[in-house]
Amino acid sequence: MRWLLLKDLQILRRSPLQAVLLVAYPILIAVLVGFAVSRGPEKPRVAFLNEVPADSRVSVGGQQLPAAGVSSRICSRVECVDVKNRDEALEKVESGDVLGALVLPADLVTKINSLSTLAPGTPKVEVLVNEEDPVKASLVDERISTLLAQANLAIARRIAAEGGHYLNLLIDGGELPVLGQSIHILGLRATAQILTALEPALPAGPLRTSLQQVTNFAGEARDNLNIAGPLIERLAQPIQVDKVAVGGSSPPLEIFAIAVAATLTLAFVTVLLVAGSLALEREENAFPRLTRGLISREALLAEKVLLGVGVGLIVTLLMLAGLEIFVPLEWSRIGLWLLAILAGGAALAAAGAALGAAAREVRAVSLLAFMVTLPVAFLSLVPSGAVGSGIFDVIGVVTAVFPFKPALQAMTAALDSAGPGIGGPLLHLAILMVAYGLLARLALRRFAAV
Amino acid sequence: MDGTVTAALQARELVKRYGEREALRGVSFEALAGELVAVTGPNGAGKTTLLSILAGILKPDGGEVVVAAGEVGWVPQQAALYRRLTVEENLLLFARLEGHGDPRASTEEMLELSGLRERRGEIVARLSGGNQQRINIAIGLLSRPRVLLLDEPSVGLDPRQRARLWKFVSGLAERGTTVIFSTHDIQEAERYGGRLLVLADGESLFDGSPAELREAVRREAPEAADRDFETAFVSFLHHRGH
Repeated sequence: MRWLLLKDLQILRRSPLQAVLLVAYPILIAVLVGFAVSRGPEKPRVAFLNEVPADSRVSVGGQQLPAAGVSSRICSRVECVDVKNRDEALEKVESGDVLGALVLPADLVTKINSLSTLAPGTPKVEVLVNEEDPVKASLVDERISTLLAQANLAIARRIAAEGGHYLNLLIDGGELPVLGQSIHILGLRATAQILTALEPALPAGPLRTSLQQVTNFAGEARDNLNIAGPLIERLAQPIQVDKVAVGGSSPPLEIFAIAVAATLTLAFVTVLLVAGSLALEREENAFPRLTRGLISREALLAEKVLLGVGVGLIVTLLMLAGLEIFVPLEWSRIGLWLLAILAGGAALAAAGAALGAAAREVRAVSLLAFMVTLPVAFLSLVPSGAVGSGIFDVIGVVTAVFPFKPALQAMTAALDSAGPGIGGPLLHLAILMVAYGLLARLALRRFAAV
Repeated sequence: MDGTVTAALQARELVKRYGEREALRGVSFEALAGELVAVTGPNGAGKTTLLSILAGILKPDGGEVVVAAGEVGWVPQQAALYRRLTVEENLLLFARLEGHGDPRASTEEMLELSGLRERRGEIVARLSGGNQQRINIAIGLLSRPRVLLLDEPSVGLDPRQRARLWKFVSGLAERGTTVIFSTHDIQEAERYGGRLLVLADGESLFDGSPAELREAVRREAPEAADRDFETAFVSFLHHRGH
């Protein structure tokens, strides 16, 4: 078997295009994934017109915020393109220079400040969106809506807090600042106490009965307003999110991206190499000569799987080493990486052998390997809920019978220290390896046809 | 091993079916040591099927093959070589797979025998069809067979390459190797075969020397006896219902 392995490596070395692809492919994938996971998503370009006077201060609930803070907060989420007036903003949106425009009118702060007064206004901002590219337009919409929702929430909290403050003043009494002066508010509690104290001084009769009614009202009003306080606080954010993670922990996005890249590399290298190498034995007419007593069919299959696993291991490790430049990896877990790569590589190589034995010709095999591996890889990445439950069940079956998904699960588990266990995927891969090995052995019968 | 066997190889009542079609219908013959046996006949006669059964690649549905002693070497119709390896690498690989004690010595021996010592370092894909066929045969000889089976060895070769090939094969027979080759070229079979086995539609029509075949053709197709041998042979097949 080792001589055949040596022969395959010699042939690989003599095929410059194949060898270059095997080295260039993982490097390319590593660089692409590295850039993708090490850089944040690109910010959409948005024209920004801030007509609010520079010395304006947002004053809500007795607290003041500099207006400039709003600008910097917005420009941290989108790439702001400053414009001088609304017409310029409109022109930039229409020309496609920017995806949208955000206009903060001059009276925005005044209207925000009026929210905590007895004559509240309605603060408004203007958003201009270029709908030419629906995806980008949706992105701008989403970003600006999120920013406004955050601003609304912050203001609502302040207003609610201020409302609560006034309510407490009404219940317990205190000092109320008005036009630079302080007015003393008696409060319902003190009012009820005073009235209760006055009651014995009055003779029994209609006047005393009326005083008792006023005293009771003051007490009931105080009790009910005590209940209203927490309700006003809840108005600011009536629904709270209580997130409960079910169905296993999910790995960090960059780890998942690396696992996908590594598994994709492993899948293409092993499936294509093993399938092509096996088909080459037939194309070179060597198969009947080899299996006529020189080597058994099982040993030939084992040699091809070994070739795929060996080359797949080297290429995948090279890719992971390349990714280290962009994202720090836990090299202390290399034992688990090796386990995942070896098990995934063996199952994928067995699938490649089955494809190679079935298709028999190198060109047909290459096409078949791409046609099978690529869609299965994409299907393996479809999350639950993204499609209907019936279709997802079908996808689940399809991805379970090809080794890509369990190989991805094993790789993710190996890379992520806080991730799920690796045992299940390894068992799944072992079962698939045996199944595809048997299929390949059956398909080899067609090779014997003269 | 059957103690009564004196021939290097015997085929007894071989039958092979592919579905409803009978590719071989009870074919029997024997080949002696150092004999050059040509299996000939029109396309679809069953020549490749017969050689594949003799080589052990196909199993017959009936009959048996008896080999006196030693290995049976097999050289397929299309060169079974790795075209991206060199001449030497191909020979060395198969010598190692054959389990030779000294594969390098065996390789040197085959390079000498095939006359390709000077071209040992060349990639096989760059060699002519004739030279590829010589390596193909040399690999078949690595097991030091007593019987060598050649399936259409001269297909695709030009006359000069054919002449070199047959000189090489005749040399093997002179050294005692039994050579059984298939060809659809009756003139090649007559020229190089010491004995001819004529197949048509899986049936054995003739087994004898070239001179005996000429006599049979003259006897059964007298109207074509004065014409060239190939035309006379076609008339002979026609008379036999093929």
